[in-house]
Amino acid sequence: MKIIVCIKQVPDTAEVRINPETNTLVREGVPSIINPFDLHALEAGVLIKETMGGKVTVLTMGPPQAENALREAVSMGADEAVLLSDRAFAGSDTWATAYTLAAAIKKIGADIIFCGKQAIDGDTAQVGPETAEFLNIPHIAYVRKIEEVKEGYIRVQRLMDDGYDIVESSLPVLLTVVKELNVPRLPSLKGKMAAKKTVITKMGPSEIEADENSLGLNGSPTKVKNIFAPQSKSGRMMIDGAPEEQVSVLIEELRGLKCI
Amino acid sequence: MYIIVKPDKCSGCETCIASCPYDAISISSGVAFINEYCQLCKACLAVCPENAIVEIEDTPSSTHTLPLTDFKGVWVFAEQRGGKTASVSHELLGIGRKLSSELQTDLSAVLFGAGDSEADELIKWGADKVYLCTDTILADFNDDTYSGLLSKLISEYKPAIVLAGATPVSRSFIPRVAAKLKTGLTADCTSLEIDKKTKNLLQIRPAFGGNIMAAILCPDYRPQMATVRPRVMKKGEYDTGRTGEIIHVSADNLISRTKVLDTIKEVSELTVNLHEADVIVAGGRGLGDVKGFKLLEELAAVMGGAIGASRAAVDEGWIPYSHQVGQTGKTVCPKIYFACGISGAVQHLVGMQSSDIIIAINKNPEAPIFSVATYGIVGDLYKILPLLIKKIKEAKGL
Repeated sequence: MKIIVCIKQVPDTAEVRINPETNTLVREGVPSIINPFDLHALEAGVLIKETMGGKVTVLTMGPPQAENALREAVSMGADEAVLLSDRAFAGSDTWATAYTLAAAIKKIGADIIFCGKQAIDGDTAQVGPETAEFLNIPHIAYVRKIEEVKEGYIRVQRLMDDGYDIVESSLPVLLTVVKELNVPRLPSLKGKMAAKKTVITKMGPSEIEADENSLGLNGSPTKVKNIFAPQSKSGRMMIDGAPEEQVSVLIEELRGLKCI
Repeated sequence: MYIIVKPDKCSGCETCIASCPYDAISISSGVAFINEYCQLCKACLAVCPENAIVEIEDTPSSTHTLPLTDFKGVWVFAEQRGGKTASVSHELLGIGRKLSSELQTDLSAVLFGAGDSEADELIKWGADKVYLCTDTILADFNDDTYSGLLSKLISEYKPAIVLAGATPVSRSFIPRVAAKLKTGLTADCTSLEIDKKTKNLLQIRPAFGGNIMAAILCPDYRPQMATVRPRVMKKGEYDTGRTGEIIHVSADNLISRTKVLDTIKEVSELTVNLHEADVIVAGGRGLGDVKGFKLLEELAAVMGGAIGASRAAVDEGWIPYSHQVGQTGKTVCPKIYFACGISGAVQHLVGMQSSDIIIAINKNPEAPIFSVATYGIVGDLYKILPLLIKKIKEAKGL
């Protein structure tokens, strides 16, 4: 099986704060991490390789320092790493990102492509399905279990709001995965050694034969008009007193708001 | 807009590098350079001592000469499961009606795999037209068939705006439609407006787990597509007298490379759709025990709500992952969110802080949950909740 896992290096959003004076993001000492959902995608790819043989290639688009994320992925079982990095990719929205990833995937070749269900900085969940469309292959989103995989065939469980669907597909296929799928392994000592030695393949627009007009800011249909801090809600109230008093006050408040 | 560094002004002091949440700035030949990770957050503008970092307005793109004015009308994708339309469809018709009035155009719904009676319902909820495909091939959700037919309809009828719910179904197949048609798609919008001057759709969405809001435009491509979070928009007005037109469309030549073999509902007394619940009663590690959820179920029962949980409670094995609210679980925005014994880690807060009313009950007065709570109660939830349940029952005459 040829497997590609798409990953993204993201700031740990739990650490990010807004500076109330300037309305901008504060990022002192916020670490960059591999998007948490992508770790489950990586684990899924490595598990299939371990049972069926084959190769796992980890792929990311980003600045040169995204190499760190790729090396971390190698330490967790990926065999090869590809970095898409070029000025021309700057400012990509989901459409242009998916276009670029798909162009690279066509060059590398794969039977199964794994992505995390979404990245925790943008939360769009769009790049996976859009990439599948550009590759003209099927995709299944929110995969929570892989029931069977063999030559040219896969059957999975797709998480829905009220339960799950059992879905089958031909290969090649792109899967986006949820946290329930597996528990990602920690880097092994052997993996860490491999990560140090791995030669990262770098690709730019010419290597992936991309149409320049479809890349980066220029190729992105959506434009960010502005960014602002969310309005904080007013009317916070701490209810003090003995439990009976607290409950009575709360009941009155909820009654006032016609909630009960 | 985009952000650039003026090389003649930049002193190479590197102050901006630390300010960038995306690691998007590096020093190259002695001056700062903004690379492809830039998300336009403008953090660097404020810190640059030389004012060397500036925001550049877009020049209208010359590469695309699409006649944008050919695209008219507002469309809403009304999704169904088991033949019933989801209530987010009614909310989409509510906001869709507002947008279509401002643009003085029609409001249409698109419905796949359900019958005429459901289409009639959509008209009562505000649609002028319903594009309906009753073919059973669309009864189950497959990305290929749904994206294939919706793309075909959009190409044929050319709506200016297409909205869908930010649900598992639409978040999965709508991106394929946007990719196919080469147009923009904005995920998880919490507000939609028409720009007075340009008549473009202004799409507001949270990013960074709700820490910032971004206003997004799709100025040069059509349709302008967005998914909208359930429970954020007000439903349309239900009018049994409203009439409209049903346009039957065929599913000819649709093929799917995926197939749904079975649909399993995970039925438990607890399983209510968190995205659609008006009230969510959520518990965390502070419950101390799996039995705590029995108490929460009682409260949920009297309030007509669903059960949520923090990651800590899920990791303890007290409740299945499908109930988890937060960064790696579900994002919810009910009318009332009870946070019981939840300390309020940021990863949890980002999943629930847009709820209308947040009621936090926790022993620790320093718990971060109180910073987002509308009503905060410091105390023992095993004392508070039974009293609360009793009082609500009395108030409701139960």
